[in-house]
Amino acid sequence: MTFLRGLFHYLSTGANWTGSFGIPHRLLEHLHYIGLALVIAAALAIPLGLLIGHTGRGAFLAINLGNAARALPTLGLLTIVVLLIGIGLTPVLVALVVLAVPPLLTSTYAGIQAVDPMVTDAARCMGMTEWRILRRVEVPLALPLIMAGLRSAVLQVVATATIAAYVALGGLGRLLIDGLANQDYNEVAAGAVLVAALAIILDLVLLGVQRMIVSPGISGRLSTAASSAASADAPASSVSAPSSARSDRSQEGLA
Amino acid sequence: MNWGWISDNRDMIIMLARQHVYLALVPVAVGLLVALPLGYLAARWRRFYPPLLAVSGILYSIPSLAMFVALPGLLGTKILDPLNIVVALSIYTVALLARTVVDGLASVPEHVLQAATAMGFGRIRRLIKVELPIAVPVVVAGLRVAAVANISLVSVGAVIGVGGLGQLFTSGFQLDFLTPIYVGVGLLVLLALVVDTLLVLGQRLLTPWVRAGRAR
Repeated sequence: MTFLRGLFHYLSTGANWTGSFGIPHRLLEHLHYIGLALVIAAALAIPLGLLIGHTGRGAFLAINLGNAARALPTLGLLTIVVLLIGIGLTPVLVALVVLAVPPLLTSTYAGIQAVDPMVTDAARCMGMTEWRILRRVEVPLALPLIMAGLRSAVLQVVATATIAAYVALGGLGRLLIDGLANQDYNEVAAGAVLVAALAIILDLVLLGVQRMIVSPGISGRLSTAASSAASADAPASSVSAPSSARSDRSQEGLA
Repeated sequence: MNWGWISDNRDMIIMLARQHVYLALVPVAVGLLVALPLGYLAARWRRFYPPLLAVSGILYSIPSLAMFVALPGLLGTKILDPLNIVVALSIYTVALLARTVVDGLASVPEHVLQAATAMGFGRIRRLIKVELPIAVPVVVAGLRVAAVANISLVSVGAVIGVGGLGQLFTSGFQLDFLTPIYVGVGLLVLLALVVDTLLVLGQRLLTPWVRAGRAR
């Protein structure tokens, strides 16, 4: 109960909501770091995942690279880059990008890979170019998995961006680090709850986006009865895609 | 790279590595022990599955650093108590494994269950002798993710003062000295690799029929 009372006390103090030390400013800093890191990671991982998934070449490399990167401790990477190039935004971005690339890369690759070859062959027979097959057939079918990877990456990056505060930057991690240093546990509680809330809200937003951009025929929302009958009958890959997306999400780690 | 530092501090490095293994792997065991009955309940009574997914999703989105610093307030432990790390990582492991156990039990084909029942297996014996062994590959896949994630997460605990090999990162950072950080990163990647390999070997031992089937 002291936890909740302290949390309420911190959040209801007006001074904590204004100025460059206030919660809104810290939140914007946090969003700035994660936004930049995710854009860079997506720009690197998604095209590579699409290429590997479509051609089937380099899959072994991608999977092993992804797994090796996952074992890299973010705090270690962050402190190395800080000591090498100095304090600033770059070390934080390097650490967060390395964190976000594996889930994005493996889910994009796995999503494209899981598309039924019959479907792509049919598209090829209809005279679609490879580029058009990728864009109009494979990506729409792989979207549930790609979005699952993105959500997993966002979750990890939101959580891990807190350690930017450890190397003297801002973000919501400041509340955790400063609170600990000053033994102000109300501030620590507020920081913990705010970061968790941000992670949950962003995840719900992305879930909404996923609902909007994934074709209803693929997500199975068009007619639940028909699609469940179809999946019981024959393993149609397009129908089973969402369920594999869910299980993939549970396979991704979190920092 | 200062090789002299490594030999001078060998005892400390070994001590930190031991602490790291303990902090990372005890939660994996605790998490599995809690997740097995939870997952079984959710697999048996499907009604419990959606709430289980929702709760584990929320627990999983709590950042580790936030969990490490918030737990003392909730548990009444000291901030430097390693128990905080163990409890936090156990919660993550349960959140991750509960759904894995459900998926694993769901992966047992219906005809296999019927065959076991027809052969006279009771519910408990069928669970232990048939369902759990068939669920092993799916559960081990979850365990591998949980173990590697935990090994990396423990080091975040160094920011609050308990973090096994992660303490090499914080002390290296404070001293502006790269060697301990390189040592820490190297050992952590090695540890993750070893634990992952052991889990794969364990899976092979527990599912001998997979290789027997492939050899034919």
